[in-house]
Amino acid sequence: MVLITRKAEFSASHVCALPNLSDEENERLYGKAARPSGHGHNYVLEVTLAGEIDPVNGMILDLKELKQIIEREVIAVYDHRFLNREVPPFDRVVPTAENIAKDVWRRLAAPLRANGRKLHSIRLYESADLFVDYAEPESP
Amino acid sequence: MTDLTRRFAFSAAHRLRSEALSEEENVRVFGKCANPFGHGHDYCMEVTVSGNPDAHSGMLLPRDAFDDWVRESVIERIDHRHLNDDVREFAKLVPTTENLTLVVEKWLREGWPRRFPGRECPLSGVRIEETPRNSFRLAGRRR
Repeated sequence: MVLITRKAEFSASHVCALPNLSDEENERLYGKAARPSGHGHNYVLEVTLAGEIDPVNGMILDLKELKQIIEREVIAVYDHRFLNREVPPFDRVVPTAENIAKDVWRRLAAPLRANGRKLHSIRLYESADLFVDYAEPESP
Repeated sequence: MTDLTRRFAFSAAHRLRSEALSEEENVRVFGKCANPFGHGHDYCMEVTVSGNPDAHSGMLLPRDAFDDWVRESVIERIDHRHLNDDVREFAKLVPTTENLTLVVEKWLREGWPRRFPGRECPLSGVRIEETPRNSFRLAGRRR
């Protein structure tokens, strides 16, 4: 099995705060990320697929196909958006890096599976100093 | 499974010498790194915790608490220090970055209950870059 990783970027704003907490409690939990008007990041996404090398063309898949799926399912939805207001489920779920990575997985797994591809893991950089790796066990 | 990784920087001096070896042998084994006066690096360190994010907050670990844990367990002990002369663990142990990685893991596990009493330590990885061209990490998941 070989792993192949494709990188993509999007820029978006978010607020990390829970509606049932006061401003002070949110700032204690999330720090500056709780400031109510929001702030932004240049997110970097790495999508890794697992597969076998096709004996004829020497590739796991045509990277163009992966690029198009990431573009359609994630970048077009997230890029230059205020996640809390414009991108469900972040109207209900706090858009922490952990939750964004999970949402990216959810958006990509099904369309990739429909194309016969197997998603291996997601890495999401919120900044150069903070990143999340996410993977779900293989579904039956 | 979710892994959350944070990067930290620290600067420290060290010299790589073994008391069990002669001067010539130290130079042969450690090269320039055996210079008795020591030399320094700007290290970068990645600390990874794993598990399921808190269903409520959406975080594996609040960022400030993560930083405080790593700062008081590791950074305050070694940043702008001479590892051989100022850090008890390296009085006898050669402060290669291999050994530093193991010592840092021990410090993080020891420091965890001070800040998070009663909660299991979610540390799953430590990776240290001695320079941009060489890095060391614990192999496999260590829970």
